[in-house]
Amino acid sequence: MSKLDSKIPAGPIETKWTKYKSTVPLVNPANKRSLEIIVVGSGLAGASAAASLAELGYKVKCFCFQDSPRRAHSIAAQGGINAAKNYQNDGDSTYRLFYDTVKGGDYRAREGNVYRLAEVSANIIDQCVAQGVPFAREYGGLLSNRSFGGTQVQRTFYAAGQTGQQLLLGAYSGLERQIGLGTVTMYNRHEMLDVVKIEDKARGIIARDLVTGKLERHFGHAVLLCTGGYGNVFFLSTNAMGSNVTAAWKAHRQGAYFGNPCFTQIHPTCIPVSGDHQSKLTLMSESLRNDGRIWVPKKKDDTRKAVDIPEEERDYYLERRYPAFGNLVPRDVASRAAKERCDEGYGVGTSKMAVYLDFAAAMERYGKTEVTKRGLHNVSKEEIIKLGKEVVAEKYGNLFEMYDKITGENPYEMPMRIYPAVHYTMGGLWVNYELMTTVTGLYALGEANFSDHGANRLGASALMQGLADGYFVIPYTIGNYLSTDIRTKAIPTDHEAFVKAEKNVQDTLDKMMNIKGTKTVDYFHKKLGKIMWDKCGMARNEKGLTEAIAEIQALRAEFWKDVRIPGTQNEMNLELEKAGRVADFLELGELMCRDALNRKESCGGHFREESQTEDGEAQRDDDNFSYVAAWDYNGGNYELNKEKLEFEIVHPSQRSYK
Amino acid sequence: MNLTLKVWRQKNASDKGAFVTYNAKNVSEDMSFLEMLDVLNEELVEKGDQPIAFDHDCREGICGMCSMYINGRAHGPQNGTTTCQLHMRKFKDGETITIEPWRAAAFPVIKDLVVDRSSFDRIIAAGGFISVNTGNAQDANSLPIAKKDADDAFAAAACIGCGACVASCKNSSAMLFVSAKVSQLALLPQGRPEAATRVLNMVKQMDEEGFGNCTNTGSCEAECPKEISLENIARMNREFLFASLAGA
Repeated sequence: MSKLDSKIPAGPIETKWTKYKSTVPLVNPANKRSLEIIVVGSGLAGASAAASLAELGYKVKCFCFQDSPRRAHSIAAQGGINAAKNYQNDGDSTYRLFYDTVKGGDYRAREGNVYRLAEVSANIIDQCVAQGVPFAREYGGLLSNRSFGGTQVQRTFYAAGQTGQQLLLGAYSGLERQIGLGTVTMYNRHEMLDVVKIEDKARGIIARDLVTGKLERHFGHAVLLCTGGYGNVFFLSTNAMGSNVTAAWKAHRQGAYFGNPCFTQIHPTCIPVSGDHQSKLTLMSESLRNDGRIWVPKKKDDTRKAVDIPEEERDYYLERRYPAFGNLVPRDVASRAAKERCDEGYGVGTSKMAVYLDFAAAMERYGKTEVTKRGLHNVSKEEIIKLGKEVVAEKYGNLFEMYDKITGENPYEMPMRIYPAVHYTMGGLWVNYELMTTVTGLYALGEANFSDHGANRLGASALMQGLADGYFVIPYTIGNYLSTDIRTKAIPTDHEAFVKAEKNVQDTLDKMMNIKGTKTVDYFHKKLGKIMWDKCGMARNEKGLTEAIAEIQALRAEFWKDVRIPGTQNEMNLELEKAGRVADFLELGELMCRDALNRKESCGGHFREESQTEDGEAQRDDDNFSYVAAWDYNGGNYELNKEKLEFEIVHPSQRSYK
Repeated sequence: MNLTLKVWRQKNASDKGAFVTYNAKNVSEDMSFLEMLDVLNEELVEKGDQPIAFDHDCREGICGMCSMYINGRAHGPQNGTTTCQLHMRKFKDGETITIEPWRAAAFPVIKDLVVDRSSFDRIIAAGGFISVNTGNAQDANSLPIAKKDADDAFAAAACIGCGACVASCKNSSAMLFVSAKVSQLALLPQGRPEAATRVLNMVKQMDEEGFGNCTNTGSCEAECPKEISLENIARMNREFLFASLAGA
């Protein structure tokens, strides 16, 4: 029997979720009090789930590796959160958000899940406002919206360039409220190192206290992984330094299938790498593409300063290739186009791996508008630009300041240099409609699951999914499982399954500490990152991927022979923490390459060079690849299972932005 | 450039701790301050020494995890900037840089530059929220909020909870942190029903955690990487006074 039952409810798409909610078995309040739930991760998905489940009466334990749940990486999201509110009367609807998301994901997402996401999106905004999230407002006191990532409606709610921060602090305040009430026990500076299974059900975790180094056993009737994405497999990404795949990977090794691991999002507007010392990359909000124009010189290896290159010698390549969408093409398209120009030798800056993002035209345009608005006459060009700069500063000031801090260059005077960077992973643990993985009782929420974004995520949709899963989906779907589990008493953690799981974790830690090799953890992480970026990055081909798999296997063997971890286990040991995460990345990287090798089509963020149209655009192959690739770990042999995608509503077509 | 670093090393909470001097060679001015420490740590590990422990995560100035004094100033010499966004071009070749953990009774040192700021979480748990369960909310636009109030609430909500305010204050007062949250929620109509109990409970918890009193020196505002305004403290004092008089 296949484990891949998506459990999408029957019936018309508009009524699936409503009907599910109305008929799902409930757990009575008295029983909830004796049911324990473990939530790993405290980002948007984790904090919202932990708070909501505690409000319902469950006993919740929540874990995060940072010093406080408020630090989770959701906090760094800048742009906004989508919701089908149609407050702007511009034709938005649940259906349209659903349609855009399925299409934007290049027809590799499940319709039923995406429709539910669009459906609950409006509730998220209500919930957040009620919590005191200070979204941007208009003078009339109502909420402001902007269009984002090339959508034709204004459905993005935002709080300046700090939307993720404000949403997370909202969810965090709900979580802290429950901690104060004693319904959630919070474990800061703890890292989950394994899932404990009893009779094939997830029944707890082994966690390491990162301050004392002590291993702990925790029981739960169900375990929720809300542990984010795995972009740091590339070493350089826009993810926080600590973001990792460890929890998801341990679950995978325990039998949870991994869905579409090769689907990675490369964000087009990031600050380029400045040298070997680089530890991470910084994203510049996509909103900059609303006004900035992207270009490279028409001449190869042009060493002139940007301002010295005359207009006719500039190649506004996005506007040239995609006249209909221009600089606003989706992320995957914009990223590949930048890579293409740089690979051909037109890149700028010392590394030649960057393109210009130029606001000169926008400043002039806004300046002229200001002149008209204010009824000024005989205004010099300099004054026009000055007025325009003020408008640009109001819209993007904080981003320009950030660029200046990092590069030491003033973007008001010269164009910014940008280059694509790894930003988000659409792949993740395979889950069914109820967000349960292929391990009974083990759930995955938010970026940690694979479910809603297909092969490419639209801007402002990550926050939406994290909160949808945590606030509005899991509180219902978990009942379907726990209502059958009310007779299960809390299992004491001296049960042999816990003892064995802890011993396995301990053995792995001992093994790692005892290598006492010669190379640092970062040495291996950087090498892995380079293999992944060169061969499993923005463009992939059979030869490169085959090489990458062999290289990663060799690197992994070297790691287990030659890594050096100073200090001991029984203390705060940051190198040991990193080593454990890199060890898992060294396995995941191989699976990503295998998945990319298997998927001989281009779709969304996955571009196989063998599968492109005559003019170099991505070519999907629906006949052969309209499925979710769900990988079974199977002792490291990685067996492929396919969940066929059925499109009843949105019929797949070639995406065109020309 | 070449630099001399005097770094606080402390094995654990019970260790006494001391400064250790390191030489950082060939530092690029394009490095961030933490990248400079990364490079030094790589060298230490290669030599078999323990790397310098410091808290950090997003490295984009928003998670609030990084926390250290650089030459006596919380987050270093650049105003409105967290340590992770501070770059080495702000330093000169040959300079000696002193690096220490936050010093406050309510932020005990865990190791080297890492401190325990869980006291901030407990203050939020005491009242830094609006009591609304998931699903309780009405339509988001049913409650118009004047743009100025929303903007002021946002400015207060920009606090990243890093603790620089406490670290900069000679009394180790947490008033700027607490007042930012009190203000954010007091300015919004959704936050009014609980305004009185919120401020009383949060202040009570703040006192229990061992933070000092506010004597209006303003160093918290000056060193805050998010430039949270002192006006929030004034607003909290008003809220506190009214709540106390009302006997909430």
